[in-house]
Amino acid sequence: MDFNDTEAEAKFRTEAADWLKNNVPGSDELATLNPMQQAKHWQKKKADAGWACIRWPKEYGGRGANAIEQVIWNQEESKIDAPSVGVFSIGQGMAAPTMMTWATEDQKVRYLPKLASGEEIWCQLFSEPAGGSDLAALRTKAEKDGDDWIVNGQKIWTSGAQYSDFGILVLRTDPTVPKHQGLSYFFLDMKSPGIEIKPIKQMSGASGFNEVYFTNVRISDAQRLGEVGQGWQVALTTLMNERASIGGGGGNAGFKTAMKLAQEVMIDDKPAIEDKLVRAKLANWYVQEAGLKYTGYRSLTALSKGEIPGPENSIGKLVGAPKSQDLASFAIDLKEQAGIVWEEGEDEMDSLFQDTYMSIPGLRIAGGTDEIMANIIAERVLGLPQEPRMDKGIPFTDVPTSSKP
Amino acid sequence: MNFEFSEEQNLLREQARGFLQDKCTMKVVRKALEDGDTFNRDLWKQVAEMGWTSAVIPEEYDGLGLGYLELSVIAEELGRAVAPLPFSSSVYLASEAIMAYGSKSQKEEWLPRLASGEVIGTFTLSEKQGQTSPSNLSTTGGVTINGIKLPVADGDIADICIVVGKSNEGDGASLYLVDLNQSGVNREAIKTLDPSRSHAKLTFINASASLLGEEGQGWAATQNIFNRAAVLFAWEQTGGSEAALEMAKEYALGRFAFGRAIASYQAIKHKLANMYVKNTLARSNCYFGAWALSTNAAELPVAAASARVAGIQAYYFASKENIQTHGGMGFTWEFDCQFHYRRAKLLSVNIGSESQWQDKLITAVEAAA
Repeated sequence: MDFNDTEAEAKFRTEAADWLKNNVPGSDELATLNPMQQAKHWQKKKADAGWACIRWPKEYGGRGANAIEQVIWNQEESKIDAPSVGVFSIGQGMAAPTMMTWATEDQKVRYLPKLASGEEIWCQLFSEPAGGSDLAALRTKAEKDGDDWIVNGQKIWTSGAQYSDFGILVLRTDPTVPKHQGLSYFFLDMKSPGIEIKPIKQMSGASGFNEVYFTNVRISDAQRLGEVGQGWQVALTTLMNERASIGGGGGNAGFKTAMKLAQEVMIDDKPAIEDKLVRAKLANWYVQEAGLKYTGYRSLTALSKGEIPGPENSIGKLVGAPKSQDLASFAIDLKEQAGIVWEEGEDEMDSLFQDTYMSIPGLRIAGGTDEIMANIIAERVLGLPQEPRMDKGIPFTDVPTSSKP
Repeated sequence: MNFEFSEEQNLLREQARGFLQDKCTMKVVRKALEDGDTFNRDLWKQVAEMGWTSAVIPEEYDGLGLGYLELSVIAEELGRAVAPLPFSSSVYLASEAIMAYGSKSQKEEWLPRLASGEVIGTFTLSEKQGQTSPSNLSTTGGVTINGIKLPVADGDIADICIVVGKSNEGDGASLYLVDLNQSGVNREAIKTLDPSRSHAKLTFINASASLLGEEGQGWAATQNIFNRAAVLFAWEQTGGSEAALEMAKEYALGRFAFGRAIASYQAIKHKLANMYVKNTLARSNCYFGAWALSTNAAELPVAAASARVAGIQAYYFASKENIQTHGGMGFTWEFDCQFHYRRAKLLSVNIGSESQWQDKLITAVEAAA
């Protein structure tokens, strides 16, 4: 065991750090730009110098770097204060790997470099009101019309639909065959006629997601990825990448902030940190965070040896999200009645725990609920059998639903 | 970056697992429970012959001079097998104490024989119920030692014991090395929750003793010894947790109810997934602990406490939910689920309970900040 970089890794790290230091946009450079423009500006600058999506092949806008170099780049990039490029994460993290695997060469050359450079933003249209955990139960239908497909239905929980240029989506192309067999996978121009986007107001008051309605929207058959009826397999490519890219709630309240709060507030006229029960709870959260961190190191080691990481990393969201929720809830308790106050102040900690408390229920659901993640561990890692299904082997139209039990 | 065991270390793991699967089956563990055979001397000899007791003892004292990553590998396998051996007492505690604090003559006298397994060592702090501290220690020592220690792991079979006694100097405690084969030592075997590890009440009446380390430095020494041992115990806990999960999984796949394997019900699947999650957190914290132990890193107090807390939590959870997964049969004498449940409790209190280590963890984090 050794935490140090190899010689090649150290060289790459220096190169990356130097470039970042010399090229991170200063406040003058960003002064006239809004957050979206700042993101696009920074991403383009990286792409022009070969530092965008560095694991991708060069011909698609990447750098041809290996997995460990990607990790080193992420570490170095996180040290600098650059504009947030979160708006690109779904396109680069989920749409791109799917395109890389399933699109034609012409399509890859047309779309991937602009995904890398941030010139075009993509979103993902999978979930539907009737299909969340049971994603393959989706109903938005596509009917063939010459060389096109006509799409009607509704998608939900689409992040960034309002500013996206393109979207990836799964549609029901044949409702008469069993559920998984009647799906096909497409990408489309989000400016296509017939698309209507409505923001969803979350319980926290924020709006990070949308409902997207389709009324006779035309998609060319050339924009189909995989065969007709093969949509589920293509979707799995996206989902595998989704589970890897939704983390355990970084940016939410964590051990460090809870510890700081415990040092500041009082219990029985003494700092709360001196209370044994407070210490026990903090210790448990520390152990969970450390466990996830070192689990990540183990995966990293596998990557650096050119191996595929084991299933350990699948626990990240399942541990991280409930941990953040309990931690935020407890931190609010530590503030006693003042914990109910939810106003931004000069100190980040004035509203951090309340922000987390109100947003974390979403993270326990997004990208696979706690329960689905536990199923994945049980089935894929431990090899336990699936529950019997009522929808197996029968036409999709005969499957019982909420409105037709 | 390399956060993985080496090929040689993994080979050692395979050998250890193969040996224990062959020689230390659940039947052997059961004998300890049913025949009062709390110590399998034959198995001990074989373990010593393979070099496990001498692994980290320096070559100048007839040890193999291997590292703590190798010892971690062995610890995990012993934990997996619920081995009825005084290994932890002799290796993680007594040998470690003498290596860290012994004089040259103490090392020369005892380390070669501890390495060969000829001498079994142990360590004792506890005197009665509740947390022991320098202020409530009643055992007193000098050239002779007086007091009662209860319970002492492997106290009825060990040859030497490192005793934590009261001191009026320094941090309030001193360590004493006591030869247990003398008339001033009275040993009384006692019943415990886990008869697969023997325990005794030791009464010292003017027993001859020698100071180990400095007078009045015994409390700090004990904390240091416990920090190092905590990593190894956590590996035992991780091994035991994984064995309990495997046992539960195997049963759930074979047991049918309402026309299907109970392993297909989410109630059982999620239970087992939760075991896997806790086991993975324990294992990953153990990795960091093993790294800190093997490199004498400044992070050891944090790493040890993290591994210890995660290990305690994982093993308790896996051992109790393994019984639950087995249903009524898991609660019978005939089934082996009980061994993990018993051992989990033994390992959760032997060098300080969960709450003590949670407290130590935060103290260590505060100190590191």
